[in-house]
Amino acid sequence: MALLEVKKLGISFGGLRAVDDFSMTIEKGQLYGLIGPNGAGKTTIFNLLTGVYKPTDGTIHLDGKNITGKSTTEINKAGIARTFQNIRLFSNLSVLDNVKAGLSNRYSYSTATGVFRLPKFFKYEKQMTERAMELLRPFDLQDDADTLASNLPYGKQRKLEIARALATEPKLLLLDEPAAGMNPKETAGLMNTILTVRDDFGVTVLLIEHDMYLVSGICEKLSVLNFGQLLREGPTGEVLADPEVIKAYLGE
Amino acid sequence: MKQFLKPATRKSFITYLLVIAAFIAVEIMVSTGNASNMFKGLLVPFCVYSVAAASLNLTVGILGELSLGQAGFMCIGAYSSAIFSIVTKDTITSAWVRFPVAMLIGGISAAIFGVLIGIPVLRLRGDYLAIVTLAFGEIIKNVFAALYIGYDSSGLHVSLTSQGDLGLAPDGKMLINGALGISGTPKDSTFEIGFAVLLITLIIIYNFVNSRTGRAVMSIRDNRIAAESIGLNITKFKLITFGLTAFLAGIAGALFSHNLSTLQASKFDYNLSILVLVFVVLGGIGNIRGSVIAAVVLTYLPEVLRSINNYRMLIYSIVLIVMMIFTSNAKIRGFFTASFMKLKGLIIKNKSAKEGE
Amino acid sequence: MAFLDNLINGISLGSIYAVIALGYTLVYGIAKMLNFAHGDVIMVGGYVIFTAMTSMKLNAYLSVLIAVAACTVLGITIEKVAYKPLRQATSLAVLITAIGMSYFLQNMALLIFGEKPVTFTSVISIPKISLFDGQIVIKSEAIASIIVSILIVVGLSLFVNKTRSGRAMLAVSEDKDAAQLMGINVNRTISLTFAIGSGLAAIAGALLCSTYPVLSNTTGAMPGIKAFVAAVFGGIGSIPGAMIGGLLIGVIEILGRAYISPQLADAIVFAVLIVVLMVKPTGILGKKVNEKV
Repeated sequence: MALLEVKKLGISFGGLRAVDDFSMTIEKGQLYGLIGPNGAGKTTIFNLLTGVYKPTDGTIHLDGKNITGKSTTEINKAGIARTFQNIRLFSNLSVLDNVKAGLSNRYSYSTATGVFRLPKFFKYEKQMTERAMELLRPFDLQDDADTLASNLPYGKQRKLEIARALATEPKLLLLDEPAAGMNPKETAGLMNTILTVRDDFGVTVLLIEHDMYLVSGICEKLSVLNFGQLLREGPTGEVLADPEVIKAYLGE
Repeated sequence: MKQFLKPATRKSFITYLLVIAAFIAVEIMVSTGNASNMFKGLLVPFCVYSVAAASLNLTVGILGELSLGQAGFMCIGAYSSAIFSIVTKDTITSAWVRFPVAMLIGGISAAIFGVLIGIPVLRLRGDYLAIVTLAFGEIIKNVFAALYIGYDSSGLHVSLTSQGDLGLAPDGKMLINGALGISGTPKDSTFEIGFAVLLITLIIIYNFVNSRTGRAVMSIRDNRIAAESIGLNITKFKLITFGLTAFLAGIAGALFSHNLSTLQASKFDYNLSILVLVFVVLGGIGNIRGSVIAAVVLTYLPEVLRSINNYRMLIYSIVLIVMMIFTSNAKIRGFFTASFMKLKGLIIKNKSAKEGE
Repeated sequence: MAFLDNLINGISLGSIYAVIALGYTLVYGIAKMLNFAHGDVIMVGGYVIFTAMTSMKLNAYLSVLIAVAACTVLGITIEKVAYKPLRQATSLAVLITAIGMSYFLQNMALLIFGEKPVTFTSVISIPKISLFDGQIVIKSEAIASIIVSILIVVGLSLFVNKTRSGRAMLAVSEDKDAAQLMGINVNRTISLTFAIGSGLAAIAGALLCSTYPVLSNTTGAMPGIKAFVAAVFGGIGSIPGAMIGGLLIGVIEILGRAYISPQLADAIVFAVLIVVLMVKPTGILGKKVNEKV
């Protein structure tokens, strides 16, 4: 069974049809790319998948469970975590606490336990810190644990967002332009990290990216979006060689 | 990395030590006869305002929402605890038993109201919380000012119009006398109890902030959408914070009412909410220790400098505006930081130049 | 007959709330902020008229005109000095600044005019209307309030929809950044909004103080907050909504005062706010706003 099944998804904003009749199937463990020119509706699809917007039409199934129209919080609990195109970190919290916030639902103890410092508090906090450090290591952030998130350099902020998303133990990880603003060397490092994350954490990855070097380097399958509609889908090599896809990108 | 204490823990412990040191200093002053009557009269209010300000900082600084209903919650705490104490003062004669129970009742009553008004509002934009808490504070003040409650052998009598409407038997006693308020509350608030309450409040707040809940609340403050994306239940965490703020404000109210023999609802007006907000802003939004210091200093100063009393509110209003512009406007803040650094650099350069000789 | 009398009083008060609510709704729609000081601009308007009429012995209408001019300048100044530096700041910071500004105006007035309320001379000199052989008298202030508020709502609707500056206001309220890209001067538009809102506050001040002729430094605070309730009730950002909300709040307040309890009239109005926010937070004519991600 497919991990993610999107059928005939659509949303209108007033008179504008931002996404129309969009279907997509992602198998477990796949590294899937969602590409398309600017304004094609890629981020809108991420927002639909994570419940930020409610779809006007269509259904979304995760692991056989219908998650259409559910809230962002519920969808995360069901197993989808994401990063954002314009980085959204908890800027006044430390790097460690950003990840620990992501662990909140996995190491849950009550407010009273925290306020009265019951034994469970110390036990869980210790486990959370250890787990958070484990999550920071693959991103080479372990030495920045006490740094304020807003004081991190840009590239590290993007990595921290991924670590935070992974903390919620998602089945599906959505990355919105993970390589934006990175130089070729950083991008190469990021490609390695994404592959490691997929293999070590056993997550399925869906990413939006403009950097074709990254897309062709790690994505196994692609969907191309144009004007809110699906233009092509298939194995990366075939899709990128398709004349229509090239036309959509380069224009007439 | 191997430090004796984690930075967050160290911060809270310094605050505890500061408060304890201040307590000991005051006790020494009082017992050696170095404290004026005016100063002694201010000791309980110091604790009341400190607790009120620290707890408001939970909502303003940690949750990042503005509540203008702090006076309303204090009012509920003050009234409910006072009623309890008046009714039970003949049966429970020990203040050591009665007063803690009264404070708990005050806190819990305020928390219930906090959660009740929080449910509809906390889903909405922050501005609505501000206006609704303001409205709520006014409702509470108006209702208590119009409320007549008495009791006699046949039970409790309640009226919203006048004392005569109660139909109280001759042996009956008034509990709340409309705009005249409450009288006959036992004077259970002492500086020692106030200090204990303040210390416990601070421990609760710091423990709350440095726990899973506090982390979640600050995440929501910093970025709501990201907080949702990692599965945090926004409404739940907002309600918990708001409820805790109301609970502690209610306890501050109880401390307040048991310090006065008569108490009118009109004391808990909008101005009181603003006053507590000024303490929070001046002490630093999100800085719990700052709230306590600001509350004490700004309660003490106007009493000492009577001459500035007329200008007090005007000064407070300017303080609010200037503090906000300075802390929130990147350009202005940048300018001052840069000038400060330059100044610092200049001093250090001069110093090293001298030392270099 | 008493009911009809109360109803007319309610509509009269509601008309004044509507004029104030327009100021809130415009500013909230365009600058996306709750201008706490708006109610206090009403009070400033009242004092300007009072001073012009008593100390300078000026004609009533001229005094109102001066007050409108003074409040317009005041509104623009408040925006420039206190709110403009905070355009990028959190809504918490903006709210606290607005409260500070409200407090500043109140306490400035306290220092200048003293604690003692002054008696305000009505600026209205049109005849009153007698109905049913004098059983019901519609006071001239009530007539003026109702007519003026209708004129303002119609005029403002025409201005916003038909003129260039008005449409610029709509564009800024829709999307500030896009409006900027389209060549609209956002700063000027926001200034204009504050100017109009504050000018209206002066007119509301004239009507309010003429109807309830006591003026003190806190005169504007409560009507200001109630007018905000009216704006929320009618649907924030909507001009007809402000009118409908204002009238409803005015009628609810007066009827509550007459038939439930005089002390609890304010509490009832605020209870309305809480109920509206629970049932329909966007108000009667409001629309839902989507947040960008």
